[in-house]
Amino acid sequence: MTSELISLTAAETASKVASGEVSAVEVANAHLDRIGAVDERVHAFLYVDREGAIAAADAVDKARAAGEQLSPLAGVPLALKDVMTQKGIPTTCGSKILEGWRPPYDATVTARLKAAGVVILGKTNMDEFAMGSSTEHSAYGPTHNPWDLDRIPGGSGGGSAAAVAAFEAPLAIGTDTGGSIRQPAAVTGTVGVKPTYGAVSRYGLVALASSLDQAGPCSRTVLDAALLHSVIAGHDPMDSTSVTDPVPDVVGAALRADVKGLKIGIVRELGGEGYQAGVRQRFDEAVTILEGLGAEIVEVSCPHFPYALAAYYLILPSECSSNLAKFDGVRFGIRVGEGDGDPSIEQVMGRTRAAGFGDETIRRIMLGTYALSAGYYDAYYGQAQKVRTLIQRDFAAAFAQADVLISPTAPTTAFKLGEKLDDPLAMYLNDVATIPANLAGIPGMSLPVGLAPEDGLPVGLQIMAPALADDRLYNVGAALEAALLQTWGHPILQEAPSL
Amino acid sequence: MSETPSISREDVAHLAKLARIDLPPESLDHYAEQLAVILGAVAQVSEVAADDVPATSHPLPLVNVFREDVVRGSLTAEEALSGAPSVESDRFRVPRILDEE
Repeated sequence: MTSELISLTAAETASKVASGEVSAVEVANAHLDRIGAVDERVHAFLYVDREGAIAAADAVDKARAAGEQLSPLAGVPLALKDVMTQKGIPTTCGSKILEGWRPPYDATVTARLKAAGVVILGKTNMDEFAMGSSTEHSAYGPTHNPWDLDRIPGGSGGGSAAAVAAFEAPLAIGTDTGGSIRQPAAVTGTVGVKPTYGAVSRYGLVALASSLDQAGPCSRTVLDAALLHSVIAGHDPMDSTSVTDPVPDVVGAALRADVKGLKIGIVRELGGEGYQAGVRQRFDEAVTILEGLGAEIVEVSCPHFPYALAAYYLILPSECSSNLAKFDGVRFGIRVGEGDGDPSIEQVMGRTRAAGFGDETIRRIMLGTYALSAGYYDAYYGQAQKVRTLIQRDFAAAFAQADVLISPTAPTTAFKLGEKLDDPLAMYLNDVATIPANLAGIPGMSLPVGLAPEDGLPVGLQIMAPALADDRLYNVGAALEAALLQTWGHPILQEAPSL
Repeated sequence: MSETPSISREDVAHLAKLARIDLPPESLDHYAEQLAVILGAVAQVSEVAADDVPATSHPLPLVNVFREDVVRGSLTAEEALSGAPSVESDRFRVPRILDEE
């Protein structure tokens, strides 16, 4: 029974809970048991809230017994990325500097999940403050890829993707600043969506780069991602950058799954050289499938994309160096070195931040400080902002020729833990295909399109749509997913080794 | 046309001071080397962006958002102070702010 319950999709679980076939408490217990059985090896979770999860599930069962109308994801367990606040529950952002902090409020995303009867199982591991592509920059140790425990699960949301891939939860929340939902999805054989910038409230999301950060769904199917998307998206007066436009019908789009007559653009600059052969092969096969489903395939050029990575690694550190200034050992988190002599507050801040921040965070804060400092501002940050304009223009031109754009999500499959840890530039290259969407604020999805023949590891395909047209991702993603499922005969995660 | 900027030990020490990170002296060379490599790579942004290209700071056209100034619930002092490393008389307690001299 347990293994049956954990392998259900979120949609199936919700329907079984609603019909009374299983109770939400049984579902929660099955997932908590699974976490107990495998998470010592996967390390997707930083904190498991057994008591809170059972209480939330029990509330759903009671509501059902009382004849109340349940929302579409009521009773479905979810793993929450540790960058999102949850009242009273430890929130570390993968950093030592926030060790022991229990936020006094819920993020809007958290509050919406609770209101929808979603059962939050716990908080997931991540690269410190969401900076990284492997979760190796977590202060609490890396997460392991369920496909091969010696490999990275992607990052920064490796914990969320691994939890979903390891059947510890059917759903998870991620955040995506340069690919942190989509790249982990790609390397774990799961689905991940970065919605349009501003579509999901950032209130209570600990900020990394405020003009790029966006929370979104992680799941094993496109429909499940759509169901979660529709729960968390929508205007929030608590976030001044939250869009006021209505949430597109993403669930309807996932159910429609029809690409006939749709123009799909292959981005010339995202592919080819630097992309693993097996990644290219599975991508090309997916293109053939889409064509077979009646889509018109066109090639588009985005000539400034090769500069996106450089612009991103100036804009992100600049915003990050400013956002992370609030971690100063005064209002929350740890304080270090107060008893050593009679230090000033400035000295205590310096000691606290040196002890509390990891290597990559320090690197990026200093990089941002440099890029924003007098004499360098125009040459670095100013120029990067101009490149951002050029990227947006490239997208505008491409979307004049195609309804959606596609590319491989990541240049390679999951690499070995430790392989790129001492080479920041090599690590940054993992996000080369996902970063342009963040710079332009448009939505993107990654979904699995098979295993690379050379290493047997999952390959992701990325779909991008114009801002506010998130529904197109779900339509195309669901159509491709259905066709692939027919070819494979089973969901791709069934091919992962048992843990 | 972009050249690798040279970042010295002293530069790193200065940046660390600006960023309020008390780095151990033995780590300065390591960071200097890595920052130089990263800056060398990102400096290519200057190759493409011409003078007539406007800067974009944000993906959305932003306007100020206002709400009515009405009294509403907020955190209690106890809740607001709950995560602080040091508290005294309902306030955040901090080390001394002024220098000795």
